Amino acid sequence: MISLADQFLVLVLLINFISLGTSRLIFSIRAVAVQGVILGILPGLIHPFSWHLVAITLVIVTVKGFVIPQLLGRAVRSAEIKREAEPFLGYVPTLLLGALFTALSFGFAGRLPMLPEHQNYMFVPASIATLMSGFLILTTRRKAISQVIGYLVLENGIFIFGLLLAEAMPVMVEAGALLDLLVGTFVMGIVINQISREFSSLDTSLLTSLKEE
Amino acid sequence: MAQDLLVPGNLILFATILAAVSGVPLLFPCFFSVSRAQLLSIFLMLSASFAGLSGSIVTLFSGRSASYELLWTLPFGQAEFGIDALTAWFLLPIFLIPGCASLYARSYWNADQHLANISKMTFFFGLMTASMSGVVLARDGISFLFVWEIMALSAYFLVSTEDEKSEVSEAGTLYMITTHTGTLGLFALFPLLNLLSGSWLFPASASLSASSWLSTAIFLLALFAFGMKAGIMPLHIWLPSAHANAPSHVSAAMSGVILKVGIYGLIRILSFFHGVPLWWGCCVLVLGVVSGVVGVSFAIGQHDLKRLLAYHSIENIGIIFMGTGVALIGQKVGSPAMMLLGMSGALLHVLNHALFKALLFLGAGSVIHTTGTREIDLMGGVARRLPYTALLFGVGSVAICGLPPLNGFVSELLIFLGLFQGIQGEGGAAVVVTLATPALALLGGLAVACFVKVYGIVFLGVPRSEAHSARHEAGWAMLLPMSILGMLCIVIGLAPGVLISPLQRVTLAILPPLVGVEGHSLPALVPTTMITLAGVFLLTLILLITFWYRRRLLDSVCSQTVTWGCGYQRPAPRMQYSASSFAEMLITLLSFVLKPHSHLSGKIAGIFPGRTRFSSHVPEAVLELVYIPLLKLLYQRFSGIRRLQSGILQQYVLYTLITLVVLLVGSFI
Repeated sequence: MISLADQFLVLVLLINFISLGTSRLIFSIRAVAVQGVILGILPGLIHPFSWHLVAITLVIVTVKGFVIPQLLGRAVRSAEIKREAEPFLGYVPTLLLGALFTALSFGFAGRLPMLPEHQNYMFVPASIATLMSGFLILTTRRKAISQVIGYLVLENGIFIFGLLLAEAMPVMVEAGALLDLLVGTFVMGIVINQISREFSSLDTSLLTSLKEE
Repeated sequence: MAQDLLVPGNLILFATILAAVSGVPLLFPCFFSVSRAQLLSIFLMLSASFAGLSGSIVTLFSGRSASYELLWTLPFGQAEFGIDALTAWFLLPIFLIPGCASLYARSYWNADQHLANISKMTFFFGLMTASMSGVVLARDGISFLFVWEIMALSAYFLVSTEDEKSEVSEAGTLYMITTHTGTLGLFALFPLLNLLSGSWLFPASASLSASSWLSTAIFLLALFAFGMKAGIMPLHIWLPSAHANAPSHVSAAMSGVILKVGIYGLIRILSFFHGVPLWWGCCVLVLGVVSGVVGVSFAIGQHDLKRLLAYHSIENIGIIFMGTGVALIGQKVGSPAMMLLGMSGALLHVLNHALFKALLFLGAGSVIHTTGTREIDLMGGVARRLPYTALLFGVGSVAICGLPPLNGFVSELLIFLGLFQGIQGEGGAAVVVTLATPALALLGGLAVACFVKVYGIVFLGVPRSEAHSARHEAGWAMLLPMSILGMLCIVIGLAPGVLISPLQRVTLAILPPLVGVEGHSLPALVPTTMITLAGVFLLTLILLITFWYRRRLLDSVCSQTVTWGCGYQRPAPRMQYSASSFAEMLITLLSFVLKPHSHLSGKIAGIFPGRTRFSSHVPEAVLELVYIPLLKLLYQRFSGIRRLQSGILQQYVLYTLITLVVLLVGSFI
């Protein structure tokens, strides 16, 4: 089962690259949705069966795989944008940086003092790599929707790390994290709609007048 | 349960909670009418005052202390609160003044006439009172910072009650900036204290040595942070505008109590140390002298009644610092008498200043309420229409000038006695003390000049302008709190013996080296009986002279004229002395610090000169000539750094990413 989990994690890493390298927003949202579904299945592969686990899986798959992508898709349609034009950093350099960060995170994870039963998993390096990819998307893209996608990828990275602790994690904490995510997406969705209605642009870098002076 | 509540400590905690929720009824306009809600919140506040005062008085006279642990673990350990003699002493003004002020607000800031801001003001007034009580109760650095910050913020909302006026919101912003600069100092202070004592809890008094560089840093930070809050001279810049622009009863509470919380912080920190070096005491004493003399000089130049009172707060904080300085010097030179007299003088002045300054601010509020202006030069003849307010303001004026037989005299006398003890010593300490003694006398004299000006111009004479003539006496809700404060001023002035034993207890609690020193106790050092006898004699004399004078007036033929008529045949109201003309000589003498501005349009030449205008005012010189140019310079020099704040969201996330990477990499090196 563990080798299966590792293969899924490789898939997660590949999806990171997709969202780093594509300019089409709908494609990017779908990719992140698939990533969410995979993350929802993962706990079932590494922990023994329990109803608690089933509940987690169901909720995560629903929220990450369907609810949030639906919300984002609606936002994209109502704002009538299809592509991320002119990012701060081009797609190829972003991809290269993503690859560099992924390599570095594997190197870094190898040197972490971990429990022996976690030693051979790919969880920690995959988690750090996903986190870094999220950060990269957040820093290099201009459109508000890309920011939300970056945020989702970042959150997925944190979630992978949490998988190691799934048995110790009480339901409340998970529910709280998911709720955060949902609220965050809602807020961003509202912001996106408002921005596009007021300024007929979703370029967040134009929002600099919000700082003082 | 009922008996538990009557333990003084529980009473104080109960009072604190009551005060904190006192503004809540006004937040729910759906349940009560606004006017009823205000009555309810005044009732809550008065009960809080009553409970808190009785709790602290019992603690002071019984000498019992209590301590409470909050069952709520902060990230830095247990939150602890406690009540000891020093806390109880500072709780007296903390519960008394806001209680009086909230009753006063019933007619001064009536709910029906101030619908826009009444609920905000009442809520934060209660919160401020509760948080001040929390500050003096806190026994560890973290909870101290918590309540300190609540206090600072609620005071900000109170200062900017009428924030639709640009002047008010500017005063609020200035206060906000300075108070947070002070808090920054506290953020540095408590970790250093933790480093020195090894715990976030406050150490026992005199348990730390004052000789290390750490304790020097703590002392300087405390002087900066608490001095900022107390309004000591170079750090006082927020005080005049904040006091002038807040509603009068808020000014009374701020000047009467918030400044004292700053003093409390300083005294509490100082009480942790033993073996205090001489320069600490000299530093505090010299700051006190500067603050006192310069503060009162600025006050003389003011034309705004509340600004003037605010500068007097700076002067009185100076006097309190002088007393504290005397006690610290006494600790170094080994003079128990200096320690006792200086510290108890400072503590008594804390209470006295709270009483008479609150009385004066409330009196000024009544005058401003009826004349509709804060400009002294537009008032005049108020005493005819507001006889009781005039009488009570007179009591406050005499008290603040430090004249017998009122309370200001007693505390200043204690500090004088401490200074005289110091003069008899030897070495550098004696020199400093000898130089400080005439300064205290000088500022007393200047205060008398200033209040003769205020009282003469505002209350005597005839109204200077029709639009701003006084209309009617203040209502009972305004007069009653003022009478209570005035009565307390007289009682402390005539019978200081009542307070001597609690004062001695407080002083011994913060200066434990004194315990067990024979032959030096406060009752032996202070001639309380003499003060009482002299006060009674003086009062009798004044009453007799008044009586005799009135009799003579009845017997002789009188003609009525204007008070400040200057002997002219047909004096007009405009020919009266004005606040500027009264103070002109002193202002000219002190112009090297005050930097007064005067504007004269046109020339005066010939026997019959044409129309000209003359006006003068004393600006806040320290702010305008020191701080603003300095900050402008810094602003220009560091403009490069501001490029970091681009406003681009992505760039901020990049900062987070860089920090994360640096931390990850750093964990391997």
